[in-house]
Amino acid sequence: MTAELGHLALALALALAALQAVLGLGGGARGDAAWIAGALGAARGQALLTVIAFAALTWAAVRSDFTLLYLAQNSNSQLPLLYKITGVWGAHEGSLLLWGMVLALWGAAVAIQGRRALPAAFLARLVGVLGLVGTGFLAFLLLTSNPFERLWPPPPEGRDLNPLLQDPGLAAHPPLLYMGYVGLAVPFAFAVAALLEGRMEAAWLRWARPWAAVAWVFLTLGIAIGSWWAYYELGWGGWWFWDPVENASLMPWLVATALIHSLAVSEKRGAFKGWTVLLAVLAFALSLLGTFLVRSGVLTSVHAFASDPTRGVFILVLLLAVVGGSLLLYALRGERLGVSDVRFAPVSREGALLANNALLLAAAGAVLIGTLYPLVLEALGGAKISVGPPYFNAVFLPLVAPLVALTAVAGVLRWKRDAVGRLARLLWPAGLAALGAGAAAVPAARAHLAAAAGVALAAWLAGGIAVALWQRARHQGLRGLARMGRAEAGMHLAHLGLAVTVVGVSLAGPLELARDVRMGAGDAVRLGGYLFRLEGFTRVQGPNYEGVRARFRVLDGDGRMVARLFPEKRRYGSRTDMPMTEAGIEAGAFRDLYVSLGEPIGKTGDWAVRVHVKPFVRWVWGGALLMALGGLWAASDRRYRMGVRLRRAAVAVEEPA
Amino acid sequence: MRLGPHLRYGLPLLVFAALAALLWQGLGRDPRLVPSPLVGKPAPAFSLPSLREPSRVVGTDDLRGRVALLNVWASWCTACRQEHPLLMRVAREEKVPIYGLNYKDRREDALRWLDGLGDPYVWSAHDLEGRVGIDWGVYGVPETFVIDRRGVIRYKHIGPIDERAWRERIAPLLAELRREEAAP
Amino acid sequence: MRRPRRGAALAAVALFWAGALPGAIEPRDFPTAEQDALYHELIEELRCLVCQNQNLAESNAPLAKDLRDEIAAMVTAGKGREEVVAFLVARYGDFVLYRPPLRPDTWLLWAGPFVLLVAGIGALALVLRRRSTAAGAPAPDPGSLERARALLRGSAPDTTEGGPR
Repeated sequence: MTAELGHLALALALALAALQAVLGLGGGARGDAAWIAGALGAARGQALLTVIAFAALTWAAVRSDFTLLYLAQNSNSQLPLLYKITGVWGAHEGSLLLWGMVLALWGAAVAIQGRRALPAAFLARLVGVLGLVGTGFLAFLLLTSNPFERLWPPPPEGRDLNPLLQDPGLAAHPPLLYMGYVGLAVPFAFAVAALLEGRMEAAWLRWARPWAAVAWVFLTLGIAIGSWWAYYELGWGGWWFWDPVENASLMPWLVATALIHSLAVSEKRGAFKGWTVLLAVLAFALSLLGTFLVRSGVLTSVHAFASDPTRGVFILVLLLAVVGGSLLLYALRGERLGVSDVRFAPVSREGALLANNALLLAAAGAVLIGTLYPLVLEALGGAKISVGPPYFNAVFLPLVAPLVALTAVAGVLRWKRDAVGRLARLLWPAGLAALGAGAAAVPAARAHLAAAAGVALAAWLAGGIAVALWQRARHQGLRGLARMGRAEAGMHLAHLGLAVTVVGVSLAGPLELARDVRMGAGDAVRLGGYLFRLEGFTRVQGPNYEGVRARFRVLDGDGRMVARLFPEKRRYGSRTDMPMTEAGIEAGAFRDLYVSLGEPIGKTGDWAVRVHVKPFVRWVWGGALLMALGGLWAASDRRYRMGVRLRRAAVAVEEPA
Repeated sequence: MRLGPHLRYGLPLLVFAALAALLWQGLGRDPRLVPSPLVGKPAPAFSLPSLREPSRVVGTDDLRGRVALLNVWASWCTACRQEHPLLMRVAREEKVPIYGLNYKDRREDALRWLDGLGDPYVWSAHDLEGRVGIDWGVYGVPETFVIDRRGVIRYKHIGPIDERAWRERIAPLLAELRREEAAP
Repeated sequence: MRRPRRGAALAAVALFWAGALPGAIEPRDFPTAEQDALYHELIEELRCLVCQNQNLAESNAPLAKDLRDEIAAMVTAGKGREEVVAFLVARYGDFVLYRPPLRPDTWLLWAGPFVLLVAGIGALALVLRRRSTAAGAPAPDPGSLERARALLRGSAPDTTEGGPR
């Protein structure tokens, strides 16, 4: 019964989404208050219904109802409760249901919050566009990927969740990533609504800024947690692989980063409105493209999709309709938004933000080219090639390095116009810091000049932030520093996060040490000044797996114990063919110690073991966390809420007229 | 040097349209199929013990002078079971000899498989280590190579051969190669 | 001592795992440290065919193991990077290379990102030129010396043509 309830709720949600689209777009065009109210109500109803559908599937998963095909394939009665629940989004159908629910929730949030901030007709169009996207997505879900499909007779036991996914990471990574992907639908709908209106006002832009920032924060966290999860779960300590699936999340992130910067210029200075609208469309387009690439199997060989392209066709049609339609609208109407007579000198904050946009888009373009090139070449009848990490590292990093360098300057640049002389007078300490840090890093980076350059770049950026703060303190005193607006403080925090990530990315690779060794109980191996001693093995019995746990003791150069590590090798009852590695990791601010077990070697009692020392790897995610915090802090700036009150006051004045 | 407004605002749409067309093309393709660079090149030489008579050495030299098929198979490969009846029929009804490359298989298992299901092969070479498989660029079993009488690989089929693949790709190619053979 | 192991199985991690398995851990001894480094560099840059999106270093597939053995043997025998790569390309094609070769059909791949950058900078220059015409700019602040400097350095000469649309 629960499943039928969920199925029904999903079908009703689709109907409401369609209604939301019609009433929202129609009501916005006609200025009909009843239609508009209907659209806003439909958005809430749609959210409620998708939550019911999602809860129904979750309940069925908790009860291990294997009459549902999806659960029979992706769950198991022996799973711990946490993984029964997170397993709901562990595969195709369920993850799309999560996507649909998140979209509906964003829509409802906009419908509720936007009422206080946006003119009714504009909000109606915005909500209507979200309804349109929701209609397409829910139709896709129901027609090609129904999670409530029944299976009769039910199998006695489910095939189980992929053991790799039986990890708390599954609880955090997909929901956060989806919140980010789908959150970009809000700026998208905002842009399309502005195109439909044929104008864009500063107050609307001010409204859009925190929404875009929050979506960006979720995306940042989702990507960072995904990277961290790969690091500890896959057992070989990599944290970024340039896989199409990762690229699919990186591209919208880069464009969304450009968008939040461009929104700042548009809102504060009234310039580049057309450009900002285009970025909002592109960011969501790349989210959808990512979904297409991953779900259709055109790039990765997920067997079911290669043999059944229906889903791919559906998503491509959806992509065509959503992105093609909005770009067509942009082609016809974009010019109306672009008109402005705002002037500024090349050396100005506006100029720097434009350069930031150019570099970010070129970087996103590089990722797009690398990801799609093999597909395109083959589609044109050319050779079959692979594009992997060596390519991306070679082209992506040169595009990002100037961006980081520019970030330091942008923090102290003035709006409208600035002078190179003033910048040089301000920023020379940052330059000195960069030279010093770079020189200090050369011996440590063991002749990896690129790594040393990365450290210098990070020091330059950190120095630039310090200079910006110093400038404020000098002119306004410490109280000025304390009273700094959250938007500005958040910006500096996020930029500092970028510097931290740059240090991590620059050093974690070149300084890493790793060795594959054969070890038995009592053996020890020396690596990077540490002694890893294998003390012995213990059998472990988990709720749905059994395995072997090795006990390691790690000593530093002076013989002091620094860590005890317990890597495991597990075999899950349902998938004995997939032995899983649980790495033993000692995290540290400046280095991780990381041990993973391979396979036993013959019957000798020895094991193949990999030991790593990974300097600065935490900085990669630590920086991302700072960026996310900075984004959140900026999004909570009073200005965005004050703007609402000011606008209302203005309306109140106008009304008698 | 300034783009007209229509072009300027329409440019993203044009780029997207081109991209969408390419994605559409890409949908129909199976990303798992990797074309072999060996097509058009002489078959890599090998000499291996025969599966049935380990003391007898078989190899590329046996393939010369006739259009032939070389089928890579193993008893542990479930897809091989799928194409096996077709190979049996071809061995019975067609004039083309089928040679087997038994890939990373235990001799007993392989022989039991042939004895149970029938043996379509003139001989099967026993590639226990998979070394010859590497030379032939084998990455998924079953694979089938079409080799002309001069010993040049003319086509490689990846995965089990079904009736359609036989009718549409392999049989016409064999007929063509035989015409070449008949010509002086 | 070696570079980080990269690869492709994050597929998995970013949500939709196609069946990535933890990488193969194999103790191997090489006569020299250079050979050890070369071996690891090679298996990280060469693609496993069976798994479709993992490099040889990370794959547990039997074929990947065979190829690692083959490469280790070649490296131990003193073969260089080019020889090993040529060996694999001759058998499996360019598909095994995660670093695509530079040829006419990959020019666009390698140049594309930088073409985009140049186009971006070009567009940027156009916009900056148009936006910075002195006539329309209201005096922002009394720092006239600085302003004059900025004008001298960056402004476009024509003040009539470059207005915004």
